[in-house]
Amino acid sequence: MTDTIQVDIVSAEGEIFSGPARMVFVPASQGEIGILPRHAPLLTMLKPGEVRVQPPEGGEQPFYVGGGALEVQPHRVTVLADTALRARDIDEAAAQAAKQRAEETLRSKSDKIDQAKALAELERAVALLKVVERLRKIRG
Amino acid sequence: MPGTKEIRAKIASIKKIQKITKAMQMVATSKMRRTQERMRAARPYAEKMRSVIGNLTEANPDYRHAFLEERAPKAVGLIVVSTDRGFAGGLNVNLFKQVLHTVRDWQQRGAEASLCLIGAKGVGFFRRLRLPIVAQQTHLGDRPHVNDLIGSVKVMLDAYHEGRIDRLLLLHNRFVSTMSQKPEVKQLLPVPASERSGLPEHWDYIYEPEASAILDGLLMRFIESQVYQAAVENVACEMVARMVAMKSATDNAGGLIEDLQLVYNKARQAAITKELAEIVSGAAAV
Repeated sequence: MTDTIQVDIVSAEGEIFSGPARMVFVPASQGEIGILPRHAPLLTMLKPGEVRVQPPEGGEQPFYVGGGALEVQPHRVTVLADTALRARDIDEAAAQAAKQRAEETLRSKSDKIDQAKALAELERAVALLKVVERLRKIRG
Repeated sequence: MPGTKEIRAKIASIKKIQKITKAMQMVATSKMRRTQERMRAARPYAEKMRSVIGNLTEANPDYRHAFLEERAPKAVGLIVVSTDRGFAGGLNVNLFKQVLHTVRDWQQRGAEASLCLIGAKGVGFFRRLRLPIVAQQTHLGDRPHVNDLIGSVKVMLDAYHEGRIDRLLLLHNRFVSTMSQKPEVKQLLPVPASERSGLPEHWDYIYEPEASAILDGLLMRFIESQVYQAAVENVACEMVARMVAMKSATDNAGGLIEDLQLVYNKARQAAITKELAEIVSGAAAV
């Protein structure tokens, strides 16, 4: 019997995932980190990207998060997502369109706030696309 | 005794009112379920957030965030979540009473109060009182979104940062059951310390990259989630309260129509009897 860690992924709109895992990968602000059971208490912010949960029965489950916060206790990982959707629900076309819009806004060089917004949007769109691609590979 | 025509007109107008209240009741009933589901869906996030923040107040960081420090209250900020539309029974009135009570309480302790209003009814009510309103947000609709709340919450957080308020309270209606919604006062800032959880005495998180940035982000999200939860709960309360209020209005209209119908029948019968008597006496005179 391998050691497991309780994982809860929640967003303001609802609970996304709750269950045990052997290991979790999260996109922390300083880069992706993997969390095993009995991890030291940790508090960090998240970037837009994917959270990958490895359930005890094997395999891997990806979830998309649009940023948020992460709390780690030795036997519990809590992901407080800003906007979290199940990766399967993500519309690739919408992500593409968002990416294009963001790039266009970047090119048109408007004021600073718009640029910052566009950059953030671009980052999210790229993260979304990555998840979609990975999903496609899994499904073959 | 009023004439039959007047009574008939009165009955017709009450029937029209009854139709409207009945329609409003049905709309509220159909929206009720969805708003309650939304309220339940928002709960896990708020709960998890609360437990993380609870752990945080237990930790022993070197860095103390302003949001966790207690300071002498010279000014309080109140975030009041009310509905956008009326016809919801005593829902808003009860809440506003609680707000006024709280404001008076703090004023007696020598603290100024300023308001942040969410919902058009609150704006309409408190504009008439001479209390400073620092932020307002109306027309959130039946599906409040976090994005819409961030602005007005930030105003209050900035005020707290700059020392213009020393305490931040949240006032909203709590959904107890379909029949009961209670106004509730919650302290947001400084973050109230949690009861002891089973964690060891001296420990702290690893903060990545640094405590101040994380605490800033996390506490802001905490406050936002609390306000969002309040807004969602308030919508659920609104629908339930409107349903109950409109149901009793419809019933009352029904009772009124019955009474008026009785009066109308009597008046009509009286007129007929009178006419008959006139005809008979007229015939006798011939």
